[in-house]
Amino acid sequence: MKTMTSGKTTSEQDEPEKHPAEIVRPLRLSNGRPLIAFGRWWWAAPGMILVFLIHFVATLTGGYFAFTDYTGIGSFQFIGLANFVRIAQDPAVVGVIGTTIFYALIQMVGTTVLGLLFALGLNRGLKSRHVLRALVFLPLALSPLAVSYIWKYVFQYDGLLNESLLQLGLGDLRRTWLGDPDTALWTVAVVILWQGTGLAMVIFLAGLSRVSPEVEEAAALDRANQWQKFWHVTLPALRPSIGIVTMLGLIFGLRLFDPILAMTGGGPVNSSKNLALLVYQEAFSRGNFGYGAALSMVLTVIILFFAILQQFITRNRDV
Amino acid sequence: MNRYTRLTFLREILMIIATAIFVLPLYLLIVGSLKSTSEMSTSSAIALPSHLEWSNFIEVLTTTGKNSVVIGFINSVIITGVTLVLLILLSSMTAYVIVRSTRRWANIVFYLFLVGIILPTQLGIVPLYLGARALGLSGSLVGLIIIYTGTFLPLSVFLYATFFRSHPRDYEEAAALDGAGPFRAFWHAVLPLMGPVTATVAILSGLVVWNDFFTPLIFLGGSDYPTLPVVMYEYIGGLNSAWNKIFAVVIVALIPIMIFYMVTQKRLMQGFAGGTKE
Repeated sequence: MKTMTSGKTTSEQDEPEKHPAEIVRPLRLSNGRPLIAFGRWWWAAPGMILVFLIHFVATLTGGYFAFTDYTGIGSFQFIGLANFVRIAQDPAVVGVIGTTIFYALIQMVGTTVLGLLFALGLNRGLKSRHVLRALVFLPLALSPLAVSYIWKYVFQYDGLLNESLLQLGLGDLRRTWLGDPDTALWTVAVVILWQGTGLAMVIFLAGLSRVSPEVEEAAALDRANQWQKFWHVTLPALRPSIGIVTMLGLIFGLRLFDPILAMTGGGPVNSSKNLALLVYQEAFSRGNFGYGAALSMVLTVIILFFAILQQFITRNRDV
Repeated sequence: MNRYTRLTFLREILMIIATAIFVLPLYLLIVGSLKSTSEMSTSSAIALPSHLEWSNFIEVLTTTGKNSVVIGFINSVIITGVTLVLLILLSSMTAYVIVRSTRRWANIVFYLFLVGIILPTQLGIVPLYLGARALGLSGSLVGLIIIYTGTFLPLSVFLYATFFRSHPRDYEEAAALDGAGPFRAFWHAVLPLMGPVTATVAILSGLVVWNDFFTPLIFLGGSDYPTLPVVMYEYIGGLNSAWNKIFAVVIVALIPIMIFYMVTQKRLMQGFAGGTKE
């Protein structure tokens, strides 16, 4: 049987369009059952149970915990909206929500702009483009935690950044980047931009490969300058790519965790803390499971809100 | 059209400089890991080491106990490997049945999986931890493997389902006419042809599982079975800014990823860009 199928494989792959299998009705026995059984329903059972438990049951249970004062041990009470009232009335937590959104916007705008610049620069013609693309993409494969330590070193007081500022005669700008509430969150932003640029670039390169050279040539014949060519030919072709890059940037930015914990621990004075880190600290360090679940729910709502909003905006532009 | 003009040359130089600045942190990492502690504090960050200090790596690799990088490495390999095998097996079979079935429930299940892709995992993490603890699965590799498999199932099922939809049924029909049962038809006539999807699923989820820090920190933190990122976090926390040793830990953790990256780089980039294909 094995030899038969493999023999068929090679001849099939040569002309795959010749067999529109969807049109051919499956053969049936007289009792209406198909002659050929395509699998058994219980093959899907383990996968369905896992997804049901881990995605749906866990999310719903988490939603329920958000309205309780569960501490992880013993009994707990249903306390209604008390957790959410506490969140809204705590200025520190409201600040953390603001920081969460800030990271997402930085990640979204930053990776879009940087990724687009690298994609345009490395698109065609360069002899070294394959090597350079691979290098820009590389940080994405590295673990965010490991990457954070490299950048923490650069941002140290006697690190490369301050050293370079001194060399450039800008010694007055030196500061403790990680320990200053004004700059701590920018250090985290640099790390997420560094990791996310490669992904954005690759998605934009895929989009650019769909711009046909004929259209570009036609634009050149119409005496379009570089900027007009970019605005009227390249950018419209990149719209689907922009939709994907901004969406990924938003979601990654909202869920950010490793670089904050590794670089600043959320400090100084909460200035670089986001919701994901606060959830971790409340639920798993302090054991406030109910309150942590309520914070998770706020984060979930923010993620869904921005994902839907972003979909809405990019879709509207397409029309 | 694609002549190599003076402008192209300028662009090439510009992009080489931009990329060089972009990867400068990786250069600092390699140079720093090979410096001695005194040289680390006296020399410039960009300077090459005066002599190669391999003892940083030896110290990192021979540390025992909870901060053993070697044990963390083995645990990460086990978790990533078993998760991928389970994930590929379960998602391919689930997707196959869902796509080939003519019954209504199959379509409903497919939409539930789609919702699973969009649903953020944040809210579920607290109950998942409590559930795993109640079942005695927190602090064990088994619990983490189950959670990872479940987390990545919706996306993998979606990828496989897209593939099966466009895959002709002739192979299974031929196998069935030869007397093979449904399982043999699937195993011998369908599974071997799924190479591209399997590679995408394995590369994308394998990378995320290997690099993940948040989930093992919660489920394995403080246990005897930490993964590599957890070991790295705890080890580095105790090093107190000994950057040459910190960098040695980081490099040891990055080596497998770098090898993997060099082998799969092209496929990896295609996999990530694949989402843009209509």
